[in-house]
Amino acid sequence: MTIEKEQDVVPFRNRVKEHAVKIGMSILNQTKLITAASELVRNMLKYAGGGVTTIEVLSKGRENGIRVVFQDKGPGIKDIKQAMQDGFSTGKSLGVGLPGAKRLVSEFDIKSIPGEGTTVTIIKWKNG
Amino acid sequence: MDRIPILRMGKFLLVTIQIDLYDRLATNLESDLVNMVNKTGARGVLIDISALSIVDSFMGRILGNIGTMSKIMDAEAVVVGMQPAVAITLIELGLELKGVHTALNVEKGMELLHEKISFDEDTLDEADYENNSE
Ligand SMILES: Nc1ncnc2c1ncn2[C@@H]1O[C@H](COP(=O)(O)OP(=O)(O)OP(=O)(O)O)[C@@H](O)[C@H]1O
Ligand SMILES: [Mg+2]
Repeated sequence: MTIEKEQDVVPFRNRVKEHAVKIGMSILNQTKLITAASELVRNMLKYAGGGVTTIEVLSKGRENGIRVVFQDKGPGIKDIKQAMQDGFSTGKSLGVGLPGAKRLVSEFDIKSIPGEGTTVTIIKWKNG
Repeated sequence: MDRIPILRMGKFLLVTIQIDLYDRLATNLESDLVNMVNKTGARGVLIDISALSIVDSFMGRILGNIGTMSKIMDAEAVVVGMQPAVAITLIELGLELKGVHTALNVEKGMELLHEKISFDEDTLDEADYENNSE
């Protein structure tokens, strides 16, 4: 899904929700996943002017989960360790987005190359 | 729809959020509420978010701003009906709703507003009394 404006946020969240419902994820885990996804899609809009998201169902043994990938061609992040700290923000904001999203999901991966862009991947297992 | 209706009930303003809000709607609500508190001199603002399935840092900030702005204008803001899953998620995200009170439902929220405000008025009365007796 292409994300280029603020109005894309709610439909994107609904798409994530549809996937989570499809695998029977609990309301609590759905809420955590969608909230994390919302933070990441907002970062993509705010700092990279948009990007592309992919949502898919995963299986590992008997466990199902949802993977969401956020890919942008924005300015990238110079110091990922610093960006992942609670309270760090270059946007005069609270700096909860990245560290908070990480806490809410089962697996979190961030890769960024300054000048080329940022890719964040999250996985929430159904029972994770 | 680009505005959420605000109901006036005596000294209070009531808002029921019925859908997941687009950012524009949320920021409009913030400024509409602030204007309305200012214009009407309302003493309390009650926001029912029981239909919200998600509160992310953006929405959290809007609710916090409404609380802070209300305080500045001598009003109290209470958020009611937050889904348990939303409350748990907010804590894990690391967001505190500073500046707003929270209550289980509309009824409890109204009670809370009444308490806060009558307490205020009692202390005001006392202050007047002391001034008069000087
Ligand atoms: N996709 C991105 N591209 C470039 N920089 C980013 C991206 N996502 C995050 N950042 C950088 O990482 C910092 C931390 O992000 P985080 O989401 O934790 O906080 P924030 O967005 O500044 O504040 P909040 O999310 O609380 O509103 C941002 O301030 C920004 O500098
Ligand atoms: Mg952010």
